[in-house]
Amino acid sequence: MATETTSAAEAAGPGMPQLDVTTFGNQIFWLLIALVVIYFVLSRVALPRIAGILAERQGTITNDLAAAEDLKARASEAEAAYDKALADARAEAQRIAGETRAAIQGDLDAAIAKADAEISAKAAESEKAIGDIRAGAQEAIKEVAADAAKDIVALMGGKADARSITAAVNARMKG
Amino acid sequence: MADDAKAGGGLSFKPMDQFEVKSLFGGEIGTFTLTNVTFWLVMAVLAVIALMVLTTSKRAVVPGRGQSIAELLYGFVYKMVEDVTGKDGIKYFPYIMTLFMFILCANFLGLIPMSFTTTSHIAVTAILGFGVFIAVTVLGFVKNGASFLSLFWVSSAPLALRPILAIIEIISYFVRPVSHSIRLAGNMMAGHAVLKVFAGFAQVAAIAPLAIIGVMAIYGLEVLVSAIQAYVFTILTCVYLKDALHPHH
Repeated sequence: MATETTSAAEAAGPGMPQLDVTTFGNQIFWLLIALVVIYFVLSRVALPRIAGILAERQGTITNDLAAAEDLKARASEAEAAYDKALADARAEAQRIAGETRAAIQGDLDAAIAKADAEISAKAAESEKAIGDIRAGAQEAIKEVAADAAKDIVALMGGKADARSITAAVNARMKG
Repeated sequence: MADDAKAGGGLSFKPMDQFEVKSLFGGEIGTFTLTNVTFWLVMAVLAVIALMVLTTSKRAVVPGRGQSIAELLYGFVYKMVEDVTGKDGIKYFPYIMTLFMFILCANFLGLIPMSFTTTSHIAVTAILGFGVFIAVTVLGFVKNGASFLSLFWVSSAPLALRPILAIIEIISYFVRPVSHSIRLAGNMMAGHAVLKVFAGFAQVAAIAPLAIIGVMAIYGLEVLVSAIQAYVFTILTCVYLKDALHPHH
């Protein structure tokens, strides 16, 4: 490594090109031209253009924010209107439901009353029929009982008159 | 090591060759000769145009990549000028932007292999440094008249100390352009020379991998240095400008 560094130092040769005064005029001349060109390009074209772009963007952002604020207000307005419509519709529905319920209740009551009347009519009719049947049955029982009693009395060897047997049967039936 | 020593004999290090000013078409170098300096200065101008003009040609509200870079550079320098010099320094923004863009582009162009780094030459950076110094000094006197001299009279210090401080302030004021220009040229030259030395070591097969890793590492560092030196030069220009606009401590 030591040999390399010494050979490097030897090979480095004379002086720095930076200190070669003969090239200074050339460098300074072209540098000034380059700087002037860059200055004019920047100050005439690039910088005003970029400033314009940034200002335009700022304007767009401000406008968009305002528009967003506006839209937000409109959205909340629409929401309020929607809520109101919803409440109205609900009230209306409730009203219609109530009305319908009342109408149905009326119909139902009428139908029940009618049915009750029919049922009671039918029941009365049936009762009358049953009464008739019962009366018929009672008569038949009395007859049968009187006949049977007469036969029994005859069998017992007695002689019974029809009227006393009927009276006795009647009395038994009541008892 | 025997191999190394043998190869070492054939090693040639010419780290300073890259800084030589050469005529493009042969012949003596006069003031108006087209040289490699001319070529790379033109490249820097074209780079600035490509970076700041071509990218913004669409004037898009939503920027693309190139336009974002241009806007970023604009915003970076604009904010620097505003923060350091205040509102009244904004009108010098185009001049400071010119310096920044030139140094930035020249530094980065110098990192292209086989290229020539214009900002590594003391003649170039001295023009920049002394240009800033003279402009700022003239501006200070034009804006403030004789009261610009109060820059050297530290009124916040005890009266007995003020003459001593004034001498120190004056010396530091006149050292400014020297340090301003040598800082830039020195950084660029040293970095490129180190790169070349590492590249020279790559001729030795045994240590070539190490040397190439070294070249890559130094190259990364140089990318950083290129941007930082452009920034340092610009912010110091802003500080000097602030002194000229507001010389009172």
